[in-house]
Amino acid sequence: MSLIAVENLAVARGGRTLLRGLDLAVQAGEVLHLRGGNGAGKTSLLEVLCGLRVPLEGAFRQRPEPQALHWLGHKNALNLALTPLENLGFWCGLNSVAEDALLPVLQRLGIERLRHRPCRTLSAGQKRRCALARLLLAPRPLWLLDEPLDGLDAQGLGLFAQLLAEHLGRGGAAIVTSHQPLPPGVPGVREWQLA
Amino acid sequence: MAAGVIGAFTAVLRRELRLAARARAEWLMPPLFFVIVVTLFGLGAKPNDPLLADFAPAILWVGALLAALLTLERLFRADYEDGTLEQIFIAPAPAIAAIAAKLSAHWLLTGLPLALLAAPLAAALGFPSAALPALTAGLALGTPVLSLIGGFAAALTVGLPRAGVLLPLLVLPLVTPIVIFGAGAARAAQSGLPADAPLYFLAAVLVLGLTLLPWATTAALRNAFE
Repeated sequence: MSLIAVENLAVARGGRTLLRGLDLAVQAGEVLHLRGGNGAGKTSLLEVLCGLRVPLEGAFRQRPEPQALHWLGHKNALNLALTPLENLGFWCGLNSVAEDALLPVLQRLGIERLRHRPCRTLSAGQKRRCALARLLLAPRPLWLLDEPLDGLDAQGLGLFAQLLAEHLGRGGAAIVTSHQPLPPGVPGVREWQLA
Repeated sequence: MAAGVIGAFTAVLRRELRLAARARAEWLMPPLFFVIVVTLFGLGAKPNDPLLADFAPAILWVGALLAALLTLERLFRADYEDGTLEQIFIAPAPAIAAIAAKLSAHWLLTGLPLALLAAPLAAALGFPSAALPALTAGLALGTPVLSLIGGFAAALTVGLPRAGVLLPLLVLPLVTPIVIFGAGAARAAQSGLPADAPLYFLAAVLVLGLTLLPWATTAALRNAFE
């Protein structure tokens, strides 16, 4: 069963049509790796799929509920004056998710020692790990990730592969944009080249 | 669903208050600006000029409006730039809950202190103390309207690079009725007349704003992603 499916989709940004006639479906246990040069429309397509942007034409054959998808944009959605714990606690409140999972999740991502530091003092990779922590705070079947590997170190890449593989094992799916190849150890990767 | 709406509202409100506690300069700026502007009027006029009391309603209202504009530009901009707004619109709870919380926080941190400060400043200008309740009531009804209209304008300009210049030009013409009836209530009380009519009008504008503008603001912010 597909978790998300669209047909004949056209995506525009700033009055320019970037993609046209796109048919796309993602099944449980599958990772769709979107590739394409700068300006090919990868981010705009993800924004349409998560519901932030209205498609120029086309329709959803299968549209996920808001509580069934995670969106991780290229912006981390962290306020720099707040600590990781406060930022993620706010996200839990916004989504009505229990906050008890916060500490184990931060441990899993290796940032539990940073949890009381303001985010402005964190490195780009550390902030990316904080943003990735949201994926574990609430179990949701579909992950839409825009350049999730940005700023991650070698150990972070391994951790990301592990998290993604576990997510797929539980019957989840993901659509990922990335300029670099996905780290090894992720099963079921399907590459999709945007013209 | 209702639990999600309340949860989102309180989460955003708590975050706004926490951010204000962390960046004190941000919310201390409007009250300080208000005090300085009103004091300068006093210093610029003739010593003990009785006319100053006549002009006090206009001075206080214009000062409060300009002071409240100071924090408007930042209302949605930081959340737009760091991606928090995307998470608010993706969340299962309707985005209106979070946006209403942001507008309420703006009034709590900017409008309410200004409304409370107006009475001592009015006394300093020689405004009769019997008319102070009408002045304060007018500001208490008018400043939330300013937060609502200002929030809508801030949402419309959130994606623009130099919105700070545009914002006063958008907001100030829209709040003229508030100034007319707010200062009108204070002037009526000053001359010993009943101030009920202008205060009722302000209350009506507030109710109208509450029922329309949070939704319009949410729509304008959603449009910012296009």
